[in-house]
Amino acid sequence: MKDFGYTINPDRQINYDQNSKEPVYWLETMEPSVNICISCGGCTATCSARQFTDFNIRKVHTLMMRGETHSLKKEIKKCMLCGKCQTVCPRGVNLRNLILSIHKILEFNNL
Amino acid sequence: MKQSVIIIGGGIAGMEAAASLARMGIEVTIVEKENALGGHLLQWDRLFPDRKRSDEVLEYLKKEMDSSISVETGCSVKEISRENGNFRIILDNEKILNGNALLLATGYDLFNARKKEEYGYGIYENVITSAELEGFLRKNPQPGLMKGFQVKRIGIIHCVGSRDEKVGNLYCSKLCCITAVKQAIEIREILPDVEVFCFYMDLRMFDRHFEEMYYEAQKKWGVHFIRGRLSEADENPDHTLILKVEDTLTGLPLKMTVDALILMVGMTPSAGTKKLADMAGALSGEDGFLMPSDEHLQPNETTVPGLFLTGAVKGPVSVGNTLADARAAALKIYEYFSRMAG
Repeated sequence: MKDFGYTINPDRQINYDQNSKEPVYWLETMEPSVNICISCGGCTATCSARQFTDFNIRKVHTLMMRGETHSLKKEIKKCMLCGKCQTVCPRGVNLRNLILSIHKILEFNNL
Repeated sequence: MKQSVIIIGGGIAGMEAAASLARMGIEVTIVEKENALGGHLLQWDRLFPDRKRSDEVLEYLKKEMDSSISVETGCSVKEISRENGNFRIILDNEKILNGNALLLATGYDLFNARKKEEYGYGIYENVITSAELEGFLRKNPQPGLMKGFQVKRIGIIHCVGSRDEKVGNLYCSKLCCITAVKQAIEIREILPDVEVFCFYMDLRMFDRHFEEMYYEAQKKWGVHFIRGRLSEADENPDHTLILKVEDTLTGLPLKMTVDALILMVGMTPSAGTKKLADMAGALSGEDGFLMPSDEHLQPNETTVPGLFLTGAVKGPVSVGNTLADARAAALKIYEYFSRMAG
């Protein structure tokens, strides 16, 4: 058959209904402060890894809360756990434990 | 001779101003189009941020009202005229009232959510307004919100009829954000297994304790906030609703099914205000709310001597701030009379 080169793009939409609620459940259990984020972006602005990569810890948090876990394993590897984000967070979110917890949840659930 | 004031509007602004004026020895008549005093507060359950019962506020206001205050309920103003600095008002029951000053306290109307057709209010079964939720909570602290199925997830939509040129309202109604937070907490209290998502553009927690209430909603009640304006809601055959928004903080479109949708309807100038303002000579702003002569220095005065404004007739305002404004208006009327006499 002739290949015309047409493809179907994968759906980029967050389908909250289909996404597993398990990762969020475990994240909220392991680090309850994830719920008080106000998405100000202070963490990302000061992030050492952000200066050299496209790592965005604010966005990683939001994606995790929506159950969008597919890209996160690769993403969180960029974090060097320096903890600067935590010192600027106006709500006192424990960001280092956020990263460590996401790591554990993804490993455990093989995501 | 005793000075007299006619107050048009028997909501909380009119009631509080009347009580203050009566205590200053001024004769007061309130004209209210509904059959009872209290205005919108009659349909509210509890007030933010301390969750005081609105009935408590109403009882306080009623108790404060002196027996000397005369009240004309169930009637509207047909005509306003001004002669020698005094106001003459003809009601629709042909009754004539005379006053040395006139106070407009005609408040606001809630935005008609049917105008945002894409949200499905009045079309889909499980789309209700914030005011209707208050009604449910008022009648029944265990509301049977939805019929026939288990509720798992509720969406709350901010800015319905506010900050929206499509409906002609550029302004922010400013109180819906905190109402959303309050109602989200109340839903979680009553239905702890229900997920609550607030869809917002900005969260405007402008007054004391509001930000703390937002913090509490996140920390204690696990209410979720998604930054993005609802583009449309579609109804499934089982009457659940599919929401489509951009999750602007991830930059991705998001789709979510909810069992019910609560629309945070904004405040608009009340229906009769324009006509009354024209008859009395008060000016309206571009948003339709009435303009005092100076928003900083003369917030209760108008360009017409003896004509005063108070409460939400000048724009969205909370209960507490309305009462403070009503007291200020009463004082300004008193000073106006003192000046006239002196």
